Amino acid sequence: MNVTANDNNTMITVRNLSKTYSRKGVGEPALQNVSLAVKAGELFGLIGPDGAGKTTLFRILATLLLPGEGEATVCGLDVVTRWREIRARTGYMPGRFSLYQDLSVEENLAFFATVFSASIKENYELIRDIYVHLEPFKNRRAGKLSGGMKQKLALCCALIHRPDVLLLDEPTTGVDPVSRVEFWDMLGRLKQQGIAILVSTPYMDEASRCDRIALMRSGRCLATGTPARICQSYKRPLYSVRSSRMYPLLGHLRSWAGAHSCYAFGHSHHLALKDSATDIASLETYLKEKGYTDALIQPVEPGVEDCFMELGND
Amino acid sequence: MKQFLSFITKEFHHIFRDVRTMIILLIIPVILIILFGYAISTEIKSSPIAILDYSRDNVTRRLAEQLQASEYFKLYRTAGSYEEVETLFRQDKIRLAVIFPAQLAGAGEPSIQILADAANPNEATSLIQYATAIISTSDIAVSSLGAEVRQPGIVPAVNLLYNPQMKGAYNFVPGVMGLILMLVCALMTSVGIVKEKETGAMEVLLVSPLKPVYIILAKATPYLLLSMANIAAILLLSRFLLNVPVAGNLILLVSISILYALVALCLGLFISTIANTQQAAMLLSGMVLMLPVILLSGMVFPVENMPWILRVFSNIVPAKWYIIAVKNVMIKGLGMAFIWKEAGIMLFMILFLIAVSAKRFKTRL
Amino acid sequence: MYVIETDKLTKRFGGFTAVDRISFRVESGEIFGFLGANGAGKTTAMRMLCGLSAPTSGKATVAGYDVYRKSEQIKKHIGYMSQKFSLYADLKVWENIRLFGGIYGLSPKQLARKTDELLHALHLDGERDTPVNALPLGWKQKLAFSVAIIHEPAIVFLDEPTGGVDPVTRRQFWELIYDASARGITVFVTTHYMDEAEYCHRVSIMVDGRIEALDKPPALKETYHAANMNEVFQSLARKATRGGV
Repeated sequence: MNVTANDNNTMITVRNLSKTYSRKGVGEPALQNVSLAVKAGELFGLIGPDGAGKTTLFRILATLLLPGEGEATVCGLDVVTRWREIRARTGYMPGRFSLYQDLSVEENLAFFATVFSASIKENYELIRDIYVHLEPFKNRRAGKLSGGMKQKLALCCALIHRPDVLLLDEPTTGVDPVSRVEFWDMLGRLKQQGIAILVSTPYMDEASRCDRIALMRSGRCLATGTPARICQSYKRPLYSVRSSRMYPLLGHLRSWAGAHSCYAFGHSHHLALKDSATDIASLETYLKEKGYTDALIQPVEPGVEDCFMELGND
Repeated sequence: MKQFLSFITKEFHHIFRDVRTMIILLIIPVILIILFGYAISTEIKSSPIAILDYSRDNVTRRLAEQLQASEYFKLYRTAGSYEEVETLFRQDKIRLAVIFPAQLAGAGEPSIQILADAANPNEATSLIQYATAIISTSDIAVSSLGAEVRQPGIVPAVNLLYNPQMKGAYNFVPGVMGLILMLVCALMTSVGIVKEKETGAMEVLLVSPLKPVYIILAKATPYLLLSMANIAAILLLSRFLLNVPVAGNLILLVSISILYALVALCLGLFISTIANTQQAAMLLSGMVLMLPVILLSGMVFPVENMPWILRVFSNIVPAKWYIIAVKNVMIKGLGMAFIWKEAGIMLFMILFLIAVSAKRFKTRL
Repeated sequence: MYVIETDKLTKRFGGFTAVDRISFRVESGEIFGFLGANGAGKTTAMRMLCGLSAPTSGKATVAGYDVYRKSEQIKKHIGYMSQKFSLYADLKVWENIRLFGGIYGLSPKQLARKTDELLHALHLDGERDTPVNALPLGWKQKLAFSVAIIHEPAIVFLDEPTGGVDPVTRRQFWELIYDASARGITVFVTTHYMDEAEYCHRVSIMVDGRIEALDKPPALKETYHAANMNEVFQSLARKATRGGV
């Protein structure tokens, strides 16, 4: 049964997976009935805030935790019975910075290479693209690197044994936007090498960098699919509204009769209408009455973040 | 093997790059030896005593002189009556009183009475030991008192046999060795392993092809090596600084030390399977390991003077057995035949701890 | 009136200049976004302004107090909250409020009133006796913010307050910031979410220890011909040379 998954190039399968930490007692399940599949060469994103169950899922796939219910395979191998083989073929980067702060960049890399029975030389091609950023600092202690650099080094270390599957738990959290963009560029090039990449992030704007995503919240999958498909599933008419007085505008938009929900979105507010029959023209009148003479109302395409909030509302 | 070696190299990097670790490894042993060798001495010097002599003959007078001549005692007063002795004790003027009965020289009964202020039981024990030792080894006593005073119950002359000057250092060097090995092997190993857990590195290592047992072994090896270096340093210091030579077989001493170091490593390993933060590991090691070594091993307080429950409990303190063995080999110069029991107990402890830790150590989180 | 004023404020660690002659002013009630790449010097600058670390040179006053000589006064007039530590996880909600209120010298009567107000405003009335670690992250951060301004400070410093928080709660958090600002509390905030930079009245962007840009978000977008703050940030932060610090 588990072999079939491997036939069509599926590297990770998760079927109806649930997990409850028994010691927590009162706690809700960390994972509830999650299913997904990641193919070779695919960049799959788990998008969700802290507490969504992303780390639990990663630990189960990295064979560090046993699943509660349901099943999961990595490289076609069951995570419960074939964990030893999975470990040899997986690159795992845990959420916390997992390198040795008191070892230099080069020492860290060499250490993880030996531990995984690989050498920097034979796999240098794979990491070269990333390592060039680190090369100028190769004698610096890892603890003295910036957040973005640390994550690049951790990625190198996870890649050094040329894994088939890469599990990256929140690699961009706390990393500045520039380094984040660079990091995602690197992942984009890695997947072209045929590596299946499962990556989690709390930043919704990073969803567009993934081939497919799963929106997660409180241990549940809210939606799975390509970012475009998920955005298409957004049913309500969505408008962007802005004026010179943004904060009071938010309150007034929410109390407008036709409003379903309204959230601040950078320089404008995103206003979701109750249904497509709602008359948007009456909004202009309403806002004029409230004293907004410069209000600019435009239809807007929903993004992943809109979808997440809409799904989370239910 | 290559993986294992590179892991050990990494461990040495950690150790040599951390100032705190280096202080614990290099400076603390020296400080402890000096502290215990000089500053915290339980040796008793010039304790005030009273002598009550009903006999007043040549023998008793010379015995009294010999007591006064020793550096341990200083005659506070020659008492006239038993009541006076009691008063002196109550007024806290004296620590010890020696009472010679009438006609000691010719008598057939053991009769020299030694009274000590047991408000401080350890001191009292030592004082009585010293006094009986002086009296019993005196040639006057031997020639004129016959066998009575040298009954085993009265004269525990062990100290005098192997430590003729009764120096505290003889007692403390084995104790400090027990303490240092516990500190380096148990505390440092447990903290080191837990640190891997705390930083998340353990997750990556577990996922690697490296077998968990190698992770543990590689963590422990550097500390075992370093603790051996510490033993060498302690022995050198005690030989040349405190003038405590190694009387017995050096190889036997080192072997028993390695055995004890292994017990400590296993304890450290066991703690690392329980604790999840470095702080917890530190606390556990400190409370569960270091305090018993100091308090219950016989290093500072003689185990024989403890309440029975502590005496029983002291049996599970590995340091107790190690210290006994080291004393036998190092101070008394005894051979393997005299320490097989201690060695056996420590070996059993190792097997037990490995079994328990192996059961607790998880290949998952 | 300016609540924060710095003039060529500098901090060096040995030969390394972490903060390099930054000069800016923040007005009372302003929401001031303090952006920069990792290692650009934000944290060091913020520590100086909070009176936690003495500058190497330059001038700065916070709430009217000099950072060199009056750091104790500064601490009384600011609030501080970070992503890493905000509240004691093992204490109950009301115990945390009492603790921090007590630290800032609120009387028991004020404290009781404030506690009720605060819990009511956050819809946490039912969670008074809940240990903080049982609250979802977003609620915890909102509570932490309210506690950080329980003594109505002149300024509140927020160090990445919304990291990892879900999108809805993140926005509710910003609504709390707006309320505080409307009450006259100056908000000095760092964030890695570029949409949040848009919510600030003014934004400064630090690169390699210097403030490279400081203006209102619309003006910054115009200057750098960018559609949003993310693009502004990207074009500025890419100039950084000191990288892996």
